[in-house]
Parts: sequence; structure tokens; C-alpha cells
Amino acid sequence: MISFSPSEEQELIQQTVSEFAQNEMREISRECDETGSVPREFLEKTWELGLVNSMIPEELDGGGMERSPVTTAIVLEELAFGCASLACAALSPTTFIHPLLDFGTDEQKKEYLPLFTGTSFHAASMALAESHFTFDLGALRTVAEPKGDGYVLSGIKRMVPLGDRASHFLIIARSASNEGIGGVEAFIVPRDAKGLAIADEGEKTLGLRALPLSKLELERVEVAASQRLGGEQGIDAAQLFAAARTASLAVGLGLSRAMLETSIPYAKERYAFGQPIAQKQTIAFWLADMQIEVNSMRWLIWKAASHLEHGLPAAKPMALASSYAQREMIKIADNGLQVFGGHGYIRDYPVEMWYRNARTITVLDTVAAL
Amino acid sequence: MIDFTLSQRDEAILENQREQAMLCRKYARYYDEHEEEFAPDVLPEADSFESKPLPETDSARDTNGAVMGMLTTMMQNYGDYTIRLRRGKGGLGNAALAASGTPEQVERWRGQTLAMAITEPGCGSDSKAIQATAVLDEATNEWILNGEKIFVTTGCRADGVVVWATLDKEAGRGGIKSFIVMKGTPGFDVTHKEKKLGIRADDTAAMVFRDCRIPRDHLLGGKESVSRKGGGGFKGVMKTFNMTRPAVGAIGIGIAQAALDFTKEELAREGVVIDYMAAPHQRSAIAEKLIEIEADIDAAVLDILHSAWLSGEAKPNNTEASIAKAKGGEVARTATQRCIGLLGSLGISREYLLEKWFRDSRITDIYEGTGQIQRLIIARDILGYSAAELS
Repeated sequence: MISFSPSEEQELIQQTVSEFAQNEMREISRECDETGSVPREFLEKTWELGLVNSMIPEELDGGGMERSPVTTAIVLEELAFGCASLACAALSPTTFIHPLLDFGTDEQKKEYLPLFTGTSFHAASMALAESHFTFDLGALRTVAEPKGDGYVLSGIKRMVPLGDRASHFLIIARSASNEGIGGVEAFIVPRDAKGLAIADEGEKTLGLRALPLSKLELERVEVAASQRLGGEQGIDAAQLFAAARTASLAVGLGLSRAMLETSIPYAKERYAFGQPIAQKQTIAFWLADMQIEVNSMRWLIWKAASHLEHGLPAAKPMALASSYAQREMIKIADNGLQVFGGHGYIRDYPVEMWYRNARTITVLDTVAAL
Repeated sequence: MIDFTLSQRDEAILENQREQAMLCRKYARYYDEHEEEFAPDVLPEADSFESKPLPETDSARDTNGAVMGMLTTMMQNYGDYTIRLRRGKGGLGNAALAASGTPEQVERWRGQTLAMAITEPGCGSDSKAIQATAVLDEATNEWILNGEKIFVTTGCRADGVVVWATLDKEAGRGGIKSFIVMKGTPGFDVTHKEKKLGIRADDTAAMVFRDCRIPRDHLLGGKESVSRKGGGGFKGVMKTFNMTRPAVGAIGIGIAQAALDFTKEELAREGVVIDYMAAPHQRSAIAEKLIEIEADIDAAVLDILHSAWLSGEAKPNNTEASIAKAKGGEVARTATQRCIGLLGSLGISREYLLEKWFRDSRITDIYEGTGQIQRLIIARDILGYSAAELS
């Protein structure tokens, strides 16, 4: 039955995260962007909120909440309303945890999920993007060759979240024997694996600067069969990718809403020719369009997330949400900046940062993974 | 719980609607080209077609009914804008009667098709500028109506009309009231049937009222006092539009979906495949465009369902109804435009229905408030501005 109503639990989480975003994120957002770093203290605060490990089962000392991609989308929208880069940094471990919940064997869950049930922030993340411009999930250049009972991984991964501190990576690779999406596998690789080199210097990017991103080189990294996510069954790469992409779209949604909700009061306060610019139809209609698109994007993202939640094939609704959001997020950021005029261009306001972040998140959605 | 799946029962209802819609399509071209004829109330196929009952559509009581109402509207228009297997009785005036009529009035005109006459040669959405007048003749307890109305949907076929007129031009919106005038009332004449770009099988009438006398209790809602602070009868019209604006979006989106499906099927025959997982550099430009159109349609569908869902939950949906209308109308227009572009010169052939859908869908971004009027409403809502502050 079609419903747009979040559960009581989701409403409660939304409210909590929304307050957190207002109180703990906006204020430090600019400084984190300027310094290109995420404060440890901030990560610990999000950890205390329990957002990262909330969906780990109770028997493994997690939050015991149902694994819900819709809830994840709600949380990410609210966090990104505060700050998109800090939202990504704080929740990057879920790019490791959620695939484990979705596809991991019992042994894998028991072995790796307890890493995230301690009292302080623990970093791990997925490594998906590669070192060439024509990224294609169905034709990854990172390859897993069988060797004995295990595999040998070779390739280059780029834009890996929290690469500077992650204890484990989920390396997405193509199996040597199987072409296309069906041949995509995920491997749990510890940071100190032999043959894994993490670039000393982080990736420098247009936006989301507070999010640490790293380049990883895998040179014949040997992994045991037990490190292949899902064991013999492997993973459903289309669903894994859809979940990751849907989550990153939710970040873009929160960012877009921030742009809208900040543009509204500015347009009412800023006078030109004797009246607030919000009273001019050009500006008023842009704001109306921003509202229309924020709504539209949210429903498309929720729909894709809901497909994942029901275990229905999500590639199509995800692709539609993505196609739509990639166009609209940029337009919202663009028009938002234009509403602020020169003030949108200077770094005293968050607007120019959001403009950069919007351009960033709309492509990180195909390469990195949240 | 947030959910976008339908129950098996609702799926079956929509499938039944789809089958009906495809039957109706057979008549679409004929009545488009014979606009002087009225399509029959009941098509020959109706006898052998077993309709599944639609869910309760009283949106104030049944959320799923409100949502399904939009989905069935989309599906009916997926078949054809005008042609129905069995034409239901009801026009926009019936919605006004349901929203604003007294219980006695609702009972009295039950089963009659009522059109709605607001627009005049000199005003459309700016209905406070209405020039038609109503004057009370205390001696006879009658209203005397004078004025001219245009763009009255189903004005020719309807049994009567809900007509908007002012009791006091100085009072602006507060002076506007609506009156029920039945066909055959002396002084009320339908003067003209419009010839249009699309929706040609739908009748659109012009009418005049010359010293047209109607009983005093034909004033919809029965409130005769004129409010100086605005509102009054005007609130009634807005309330009506909160129910009908998303439905207009649904009409447009049904047509857009028909255009997209036709375009996809024809292109698939020519080997154009859509792979939703394909990398950008592996997707053809035409596949990319088809995905964009599909995404636009899905966005509009969800905006429309959201608005209907809110009204079903008895939550305010003024902004969302306008979003549904604005998005639905815009996507209907642009999707059909783009589909013709994707099919090239055969896309304009009247051998197919695509060119008709291009024409039919265009109205949905115009009537019941253009996309710009909807944006004005949305902007006022989010900015907290009155109509005077943002016009």
C-alpha cells in the first residue's frame, strides 16, 4: 500500500539527527572545508548517536534496528542538511557495514561487525571508484584471480572514503572468469594486507573536502576464500550498487534542501529597487522550483530505497532517481547561488561550498560509495 | 511505513483499467477527427467488459482510495483523454458541489453533470477580477445573473453549471459566490463550442447569462453575506482545486506515459535497448533521453500520489497539490514533445496517436491554473507571502 508516512521510529531518528545537524554540524562545516579535515571529536559525537552501528543486530551488540535503506536515506538527508562532507565522513563506515549486513555470511558478520560496536569511532569503507574516466561497474579493472583456495587482487582504487584511517576495506573487483555485473565481487581486505599500498597524500577534490579520500593500490594482494563477501554465494552487485548510490543521492537531497531553506530567508531580507528580491517573480519561481524538485527527488530516492527494503530489484528505480537528481541537484545549487548573487560567491557564506559539494556528490554517486 | 508497492487487489484493478483504456484507444482517433460529434456515453465494448469496482474514492475517508483515484485517472488517460468505456456523470461543478454545497444541495443535484464556469473573456486564474454579476431580487427571492463565461469544460453536455459571479465588485474575492444554473433556465445560453489544439473530443463551451433568474437557494453553500476580508466563496473554489489540481497532473502523466511506452516499443523494435545499469559511456544518447523522460514521469507520479495521499490523510496539501499540478503539467508537455523528437518524422504521422498525445497533453499545463500560477501558489506558501505581497 502506497504510503509517504515514516514510521514512529523513523520520525524519532529524523528529529534527533535534524537537531544534531543544526547544533553540531553547520557551525564547524566551513572550517572543516577550509582545512580539509574532519575533527575526531565530531566523529565521536556521531558515534555516540549510534547512527553507524544502529542496524547491526543486537546479538552482536549493535543497535538492533531493522536494516532499512529508507531509514538510511532519512538519516543522510538530515545529516547532509547540516553538512554534506561531514555526513559522508561520519557514515562512511556504513559503506562497509551495510553490504556485510546484506550479503555477509554469518561467520563474516560475527568476525567483522563487532569492530563497530565499541565506544569509539571505527573506520572502514568500500573501495569502488577506479583510476580511469570511464568507470563501469560491469567492466571493473580491479581483478580477482583465483589462487588455490583464495584470490589475488590487483588494481587501483580511487576516492576511497576514510582511506587514511580505515582498518578494513571492502574492495569491489571483477572476477577473472565472469563478465558483466554478474562477475562483480567484494572482498574484505585489512589495511595491513601485503601488497596494499595507501597513498600518503589524500585525494584533493572540488568539494566534500572534509571527507578524507584516498588512493589505494593493490598489487597481488592475496585474500582467503573466507574474505570473499557472501562466501560461495557472493553478492548481488546490482543491489549493492543501488543501495550505495541511493544513499549518496540522499546526501545530495539534504544538501539541496539546505540550499533551498537558506535561500528563502535571504531572498526575503535582500532588497533591490525597494522590495525584497523574493517578491520578484523570477526569484520566487526559482524558489518554487527548488521546492518542487526537493520533493520530487525525495520521493524518487525513497522509492528506490523502498525497493531495496522489499528485496525488489532496485537498479531501475535507482537509475531513475539518479538521472533525475543529477540534473536537479545541480540546478538547485546553481539557482541558490544565483539568489545570493555576489554573496553566493564569497566564502563568508556556505553557498559556494554547497555549490561545489553539489557538483561533487552528483559524481561521487557513481564512483565512491555511501 | 514508507512504501511504494500496491496490493494484489489494487494491481488487479489497475490492470483491469488498463484493458479498458486500450479499448478506448480504438476510438481516440475517430473522435479527434470528428469533433462535431459527441463520443457515446457507453462504448459497444462495454457490454462484454467486466469492470472491477474501483476503490472508495472519498478522499476524506480513505487514503488508499485517494491514491488509487490518481492511479486510475492516469490509467484512463493512458487510453484516451476523453473516451471512456462508460462515461461517468460528473464535471468540475460536481466537485465544487461536493466540497461547498449544503447537504440539501448535494442531495438535490445528485446524479446531474455539472460543469464549472469561472473563466471570462477578460480573466482566468485571477478570479477576483470576475465581471459576471449576481443581484438579489428580494421581491421574488431570485438571483439575477448577467455575464459571459468561456472555457467551460463539458459545458455543452452538462445538465447544469456552477457559475461564479460577484455580488459586489468592490469586495474583490469576498464578493464572489457560486450559483447552480440548470440548462433550460431562461436567459442562460450556450453560445459556442471551442475548436482546440487537442482534447478535441472534449466539449469546451462559451456561455452567456442575460438577466437569468434562478431561485435564491441556488447559491452554493447558502452563505449570502459578503466578506470584506477576502475568502468567502473564493475559499470554496480553492478547496475544490486542492482536490482537482493533482488530478489534472494525473491526466497529463497518463498521456505522457502512453507517449513514452509507444516510443520505447517502437525504438526497441529498431534495436534501441535500455540498460539501467550501463555506464554513461556505454549508453546511447537515445537511451539516456528515454531514461530521463521516464525519471521525469516517475517524479511527477510520486508528487501526484503524495498530494493525494496527504488529502487522504486529511492533512493540508495546498502546496503539494500545486506541486503535483506544476510537475505533472510540465512533464506531460515536455515528455510528449521529446518523444516526437526521438521518433523523427514518423513521430508526427496521424497514423499513430503520438501527435495527438502531444496536442492533448498540452492543456494540462494550462487549465486549472497554469504552471506559472501553481508556482505563484507554491512560492507564496514557502515564503509566507500573501497574494498582495507576491503577485
